[in-house]
Amino acid sequence: MTTTESSLSEERLLEVSDLEKHFPIKQGFLKKEVGQILAVDGVNFHINDGETLGLVGESGCGKTTTARCILRAVDPTNGQILFRTREDEVVDIATLKGAELKKIRSDIQMIFQDPFSSLNPRMTLLDTIGEPLLLHNMGTKDDREQRVAELLEMVGLRPEYMRRFPHAFSGGQRQRIGIARALALNPKLVVADEPVSALDVSVQAQVLNLMVDLQEELGLTYLFVAHDLSVVKHISNRVAVMYVGKLVEMAPTDELFSTPKHPYTAALLSAVPEPDPRTKSERIILQGEVANPADPPSGCYFHPRCSYATEQCKLETPVLQEITDGHYVSCHRAEELILEGVLAE
Amino acid sequence: MMSSDQPILEVKNLETHFPLEEGTVVAVNGASFKVMPGKTLGIVGESGCGKSVAARSIMRILDKPGEIVGGEILFRRNMGESSEEVVDIASMDSNSPEIKSIRGGEIAYVFQEPMTSFSPVHTIGNQIIEAIRLHQDISKEGAKEVAIHALGAVGIPLAESRLNDYSFQLSGGLRQRAMIAMTLVSNPTILIADEPTTALDVTNQAQLLELMSELQTDNGMAIVLITHDLGVIAEMADHVSVMYLGEVVESAPVDDIFHNPQHPYTKALLKSIPKIRSNSSERLASISGTVPHPYDRPKGCAFGPRCDFFMPGRCDASIPVLQEVRPVHQVSCFLYDEGD
Repeated sequence: MTTTESSLSEERLLEVSDLEKHFPIKQGFLKKEVGQILAVDGVNFHINDGETLGLVGESGCGKTTTARCILRAVDPTNGQILFRTREDEVVDIATLKGAELKKIRSDIQMIFQDPFSSLNPRMTLLDTIGEPLLLHNMGTKDDREQRVAELLEMVGLRPEYMRRFPHAFSGGQRQRIGIARALALNPKLVVADEPVSALDVSVQAQVLNLMVDLQEELGLTYLFVAHDLSVVKHISNRVAVMYVGKLVEMAPTDELFSTPKHPYTAALLSAVPEPDPRTKSERIILQGEVANPADPPSGCYFHPRCSYATEQCKLETPVLQEITDGHYVSCHRAEELILEGVLAE
Repeated sequence: MMSSDQPILEVKNLETHFPLEEGTVVAVNGASFKVMPGKTLGIVGESGCGKSVAARSIMRILDKPGEIVGGEILFRRNMGESSEEVVDIASMDSNSPEIKSIRGGEIAYVFQEPMTSFSPVHTIGNQIIEAIRLHQDISKEGAKEVAIHALGAVGIPLAESRLNDYSFQLSGGLRQRAMIAMTLVSNPTILIADEPTTALDVTNQAQLLELMSELQTDNGMAIVLITHDLGVIAEMADHVSVMYLGEVVESAPVDDIFHNPQHPYTKALLKSIPKIRSNSSERLASISGTVPHPYDRPKGCAFGPRCDFFMPGRCDASIPVLQEVRPVHQVSCFLYDEGD
């Protein structure tokens, strides 16, 4: 496997630099390209080994596309995705091809949002969960069956269920099946894209607890993509916030929720209704709509909705910089603004 | 003027069934709740608890083969000149002129998914104007004025030019605002909002909730807010009814629901949600099992098999009824039975 020149500091499992993914907008009979949607527009972040990084933002902010680039479900337009394999080699996922890419796929697995459409209704649990093993030519038929039984037990389902079809299971159980499939190859990194948002509240807690347990047991690293900030806060060690294809802030969870430095993060946090009628907090109501990623505004993409915007914000695009230890912000006024979070320090 | 201590809408022992070939789905199984004028009733529950079917029963817009098989839906109509009339919506024909004048007129309905609730082949303006002229005797030009005013009132910029837009040209947040504008033109006394913000992002949700509160203050309408989101309930509701498998299991003022819940389901539900404004990252308490399928309801109390306080021989033997345990706080659970 080719090892890239770039280095990856020891505690990091993944490092994404200047990641871009543009989708062409095609129009007319000849499918002429008339523009581009900047779905991911220069994103930088890293994930440490064994931690959970929450990636949040509103619909269309590019969080799912970012996750898909890491999985190479889509090919990034630009940028670097450094990843440490289980052989302790550092590879750039963005440029891998063929057999090398296939090899890395066993290290990075995905948990999908919708437990109803992500499982093939014509495949038994044995086939669904055993498929990754088959694709990577691991073990004999009996070995695979044993491994599937083990995985089912691990996610809290009975091994006897392995010859059943998905329709026999509830939403929460199906999500457990999806988790078992993701774990079949012993991955290092699990990308979970909205894994609990399709589940009922009472079942959501079961799946979140299972994910935490499995992380401890197997030393997994999670990239947890979600729009529900309460869930993200609960499960993540660090949180990254995206807005219109860019990362606007990244910090350890408690710090981000207690002292946000980006006005968008502060607005996002304040907008979450608290399940307690006695804490009616001051909500920051953002004016207007999320910018169009095919035609973003000048300067800082957030400036038309930002109550702190100055002339500079309209002209210059801010870059993500580390303002205190581990706290990254992309805002011209990050140092001077004092914004309110939702957690006491 | 209506007296404000009388409910404007009272649902009593509502039963709505869907007879299917495989068996009858009992979607609403004897649910009762009251809506007070000018106040917000929150109905909360997980998917399949019957909250949407209950709302659709009130509007008489049930999907086939759903039908109301029992109970009453008493609606206090304001007949002008300070006279009132109480009608039972449940006993009306779903196509009668009477229900048609109530539906979309006195009782308005906001759907969850704004994408599908507008027709994609008519402009927003034409749809709102049609809604106005259906309930009011007014010229097209007059109706257009009302429509522009309504779009402006819900905070849609450039309202006049938006009239010529089709629903797919609006973003999710704007579409939901337009939907609310359309329901408001008839000056409803009750607005039923079925998961109005579920399809929206959190910042859009905040805008919409703010808008709904403002409109309520201005128009004095009652709101029935149906949602699975306890945060939204805490923010908006005055009184809350918690539903589980077609039944109201607890009904109380909002503060009691969150700070003094009585039913084991309400308690468990509150413990199972992560809270954004709390420093603890404790393990979440989860409710074991899943919501049973409405074909095979458990015997006795519907929550029994998942309940931590399950009493064998009691909870699986008979069905508990909703009863008052404290003033205006009702619970349906054997733990609070007088006989014990």
